[in-house]
Amino acid sequence: MLSCKEVTRLLSQGEDRRLGVVERIKLGLHLRVCIACARYSRQLVFLREAMQRYRA
Amino acid sequence: MDAAPFAAELDAQRRYLLRVAHLQLRDADLAEDVVQETIVAALAAREGFSGRSSVKTWLTGILKHKIVDAIRQKQRQPIIVATFEDETDLDEFDPLFKDNGAWEAPPADWGDPENALSRAEFMGIMDLCLERLPPNTARVFLMREVLELETHEICKELAITANNLWVILYRARMALRQCLEQNWFSEPSRR
Repeated sequence: MLSCKEVTRLLSQGEDRRLGVVERIKLGLHLRVCIACARYSRQLVFLREAMQRYRA
Repeated sequence: MDAAPFAAELDAQRRYLLRVAHLQLRDADLAEDVVQETIVAALAAREGFSGRSSVKTWLTGILKHKIVDAIRQKQRQPIIVATFEDETDLDEFDPLFKDNGAWEAPPADWGDPENALSRAEFMGIMDLCLERLPPNTARVFLMREVLELETHEICKELAITANNLWVILYRARMALRQCLEQNWFSEPSRR
């Protein structure tokens, strides 16, 4: 089972490399039950959008 | 486009270009040089500007190459590698998480964050939060998110491992997320 700290690290890495199948499964399971990390995941996506807007 | 209005348009983008260059290079003189080179190159390439993208986007593309060249020059100084090691210490206590890896303070609900993107004040907060990042962290983060370089390109340019890079980017994102939450999304009216 992944801890929230490990999940946040993996999610961040997912922005820069392709995650493996096992990683994605573990991530998916955690995100389904953890509201905090699900929020973090959405906020990461937003952060990237914000940087695109900042750049444009 | 005629030369004079085009040159004026380029000049209008100077502040934005300086801001990006300064965040990347952390050297006011070097940033000034790089921006000057960018504008000169843009003027020379005026005929080739199709007008399909915005001037800002096109200029950012030119700036990207000038910044990478400047970083390559700077890299010949070994000091940079040492400071990266400070910022990638994996054993560092992480105050954002408890010992068991659970959140110390979980992320708040940001409501509908896309609303923020059209607000100029929000971009001001972005500036503030980016400025607060440690210099090497900011540099790397902008290489990834503004210059849009790939992992292997950044690693090659800065002579760091992929793991170093991912730790730095992780720290940048965690810090930015927290800064935006504290300085923008914690206001209920802003969600």
